[in-house]
Amino acid sequence: MHELWFWLVAVMIAIYVVMDGFDFGAGILHLFVAKTNEERREVLGAIGPFWDGNEVWLLAGGGSLFLAFPKVLAAGFSGFYLAMWLVVWSLMLRGISIEFRSHVQDGLWRHFWDGTFALSSVLLPVLFGAALGNVLRGVPLDATGTFRMPLWTDFRLGAQPGVLDWFTVLIGVFALTTVTAHGALFLAWKTEGPVHDRSKALARSLWGLVLVLWILATYATHRANPAIYQNLPRAPLAWLASLIFLGGLGAVFVGLKRARFLLAFLGSGAFILGLLAATAANVYPVMLRSTLAPAYDLTALNASVGGHGLRTGLVWWLIGFPIAIGYVLFLFRFHRGKVRAPEEGEGY
Amino acid sequence: MGDPLFWHRLQFGFTATYHYLFPQLTMGLALIIVVLKAMGLKTGEPRYNDAARFWIRIFGINFAVGVVTGIPLEFQFGTNWGNFSRLTGGVIGQTLGMEGMFAFFLESSFLGMLIWGEKKLSPRGHFGAAVALWAGSWLSGYFIVATNAFMQHPVGHVVAADGTIQLASFWAFLLNPWALVQYAHTMIASVVTGSFVVAAMGAFWALKGIHAEQARLNLRVGTVMGFIFSILVAFPTGDLQGKLVAKHQPIALAAMEGRFESGPNASLTLIGQPNVAQRKIENPIRVPSVLSFIAYGTFSSNVKGLLEFPEDQWPQNIELLYYSFHIMAGLGTLMIALMGLAVLLLWRGRLEQSRPLLWALMLAFPFPYIATTAGWAVAEFGRQPWLVYGILRTAQGASPTVNAGETAFTTLGFAGIFVVLSVLWLFLIGREIAHGPVAQHRTGGGHA
Ligand code: HDD
Ligand code: HEM
Ligand code: HEM
Repeated sequence: MHELWFWLVAVMIAIYVVMDGFDFGAGILHLFVAKTNEERREVLGAIGPFWDGNEVWLLAGGGSLFLAFPKVLAAGFSGFYLAMWLVVWSLMLRGISIEFRSHVQDGLWRHFWDGTFALSSVLLPVLFGAALGNVLRGVPLDATGTFRMPLWTDFRLGAQPGVLDWFTVLIGVFALTTVTAHGALFLAWKTEGPVHDRSKALARSLWGLVLVLWILATYATHRANPAIYQNLPRAPLAWLASLIFLGGLGAVFVGLKRARFLLAFLGSGAFILGLLAATAANVYPVMLRSTLAPAYDLTALNASVGGHGLRTGLVWWLIGFPIAIGYVLFLFRFHRGKVRAPEEGEGY
Repeated sequence: MGDPLFWHRLQFGFTATYHYLFPQLTMGLALIIVVLKAMGLKTGEPRYNDAARFWIRIFGINFAVGVVTGIPLEFQFGTNWGNFSRLTGGVIGQTLGMEGMFAFFLESSFLGMLIWGEKKLSPRGHFGAAVALWAGSWLSGYFIVATNAFMQHPVGHVVAADGTIQLASFWAFLLNPWALVQYAHTMIASVVTGSFVVAAMGAFWALKGIHAEQARLNLRVGTVMGFIFSILVAFPTGDLQGKLVAKHQPIALAAMEGRFESGPNASLTLIGQPNVAQRKIENPIRVPSVLSFIAYGTFSSNVKGLLEFPEDQWPQNIELLYYSFHIMAGLGTLMIALMGLAVLLLWRGRLEQSRPLLWALMLAFPFPYIATTAGWAVAEFGRQPWLVYGILRTAQGASPTVNAGETAFTTLGFAGIFVVLSVLWLFLIGREIAHGPVAQHRTGGGHA
């Protein structure tokens, strides 16, 4: 049961990154790929119907973590107190800028929200990436199962690191680049005309950069957490996940080459999903690593709730998850085809 | 400044109160939009769809603010109430998780279709989107109210050896009698909010002499629904809430009524100021025996006073509890009277000519907002000093690693963001009102 829930939570979070990732990417890129108001509205129209649902994966994933491993949630959220609020405030600004921009037909108003949208879209993946970095490197969890961390110390790894050090910043940058590249493929798939052309051109160079950063990040992870790849021989799931992300990466480049953007977009989704799954398989069963002593690690075993709660949760999870996937498929079908900039007063 | 608990409580109360200003209109309007769309489908008259279109635009703006103010609440369980989350996550994580899975996905998937999809969808399809949003928002209400109900009246759990609270019976937890009553009361209250807002809009247009057809329609829908639901919110649901409080939280009931001494034939205090230091109500106006009746259904029942309980179990803020309860119940009575009068005149065909009543309807829309906010204050302050009633003290629920200064800082951050949000909300709603209801096939023509 614990192991299953570890995977359910991991899957929810990975889906969240893939889903909100593409709209983060669109938000980061729109200042560059969309110049006129019509083009910007095209970008917003492409993600408009999806973004809130994408964000719900975070809430539902958080809910699953809460349900199954409340100790991890409590330690992490309160330990990263200020960083967490940065995340929340960025999420708030971002939602507002998407929803409010179209209501007033005024140049300054729209420029303001465009800027807010781009800024919050940059901050979030950096913060989430840094958070992943912290999980991989470990935090100073002590015997009470809690920790407290400054935002940064000397940017070095060690027993008392800060939220930001060279490693977590690197992972943050890697995350930022990856979702930007992911978003570029989404836009290339969903738009036409100048937005499509610019997104396509950017996607090529961005994916090159992703490759470089990925190699760096893989090596750095080994430095930050030497134990991490020791699991590898014993983790069949990690091998499976590696196949998925390598396949995804292949699909990205094939898709880009043959101008099959749906294929490339699905490939980049698989890349992100597989990479996160491989990471999860490698760290299992540790959910929050302690830099002080392995005995203080919060694991899927020592942080989970009782069996009855897990079994009950599984029942409704098995009902709810297909429904949620159904909505996603339905939405993509309903909004199939290329987006066009909607008329003034309608759409995003 | 020194006490982190103070800031955690302030922050949660402040952000939750602010959040709730928006969902209550969302949930109320969702039902009203379904009603309008249904009448439009049935009669084929465009005015119903015109009205629905106007309210859908208001709904969209309001919904967006509701979403962004809801997200921080979810996070606060972990950031500010770490111990609480650690201990109760196995139980309340269920409903919070289900809310995401079953309600938020539904809402977010159909929101865009309701707001922007009228042209793309068939009339039935658009009606379906309205129903989906209504179902989603009301489901979300249930899961969150069930979460709160567990804190008010914990059932379906066991306290494990390590102190954590674990799920023992899912159905007992989900169908907590407290949750059922609280849900009925809150949902009905949200329809009251929606109806008052709709009626106020109609009254505004009628007084200005514009959009005559829409003014009439909104007045009719708003007052009829407002009347029915204002009655339902007091009776049976408010009454049932009171009985549950009397049964399971007798100390809270005593504090709500400012009652210090126990005794039979307890009188209901209509007006008066509690003086906790001297253990009495100043300048009281009372109706004999009514409190006994409200709490237990007979005029002679014994209603316990605060003095019967150890003082460390009293809610800390008795005055606030007392005033909040009286404001909610007082406004409830007033609202029934106002809507009753309006419906009477509507029935006689004189509502639109009666300017004083139109003024009253136009200005009354804050009443339900005040009543619901006061109601939550009653529920949440009445629960004190417990975080989970009888099991976990509020003082033991906070995050041990977060200090007062940080929480004060983030609270101020929220205050700033909420000021900005409020200004934006008012500005955008004001613009929609200035646009007025516009028929889809007609354009411009004085509405621009
Ligand atoms: C339009 C709004 C409105 C109106 C007119 C009333 N209420 Fe209410 N009341 C609420 C809106 C509300 C609420 C916001 O929905 C609350 C907050 C928490 C809850 O469960 O519902 C609430 C809570 C609440 C509680 C506290 C429950 C607890 O401690 O958990 C009681 C005892 C009542 N109500 C009783 C009444 C009575 C006897 C009313 C008589 C007129 C009344 N309410 C009118
Ligand atoms: C239904 C879901 C809700 C849940 C799960 C919930 C939970 C909580 C929690 C955990 C606290 C902090 C602990 C405490 O002080 O006891 C709290 C306090 C508070 N909440 Fe709620 N709340 C809910 C709804 C609301 C709403 C809608 C409002 C207001 C409109 C509200 C108003 C308050 C206030 C004013 C406090 C501060 C109480 C005090 O400090 O004594 N709550 N609530
Ligand atoms: C403290 C408790 C609460 C928490 C943690 C909470 C959490 C949230 C979150 C995260 C959202 C955004 C969902 C999205 O992204 O689509 C939201 C919206 C919403 N919440 Fe709350 N909420 C609380 C209190 C309440 C209460 C008491 C009600 C009603 C009874 C309510 C009803 C809604 C509704 C209907 C929405 C949809 C958006 C809207 O209409 O504003 N919430 N809430």
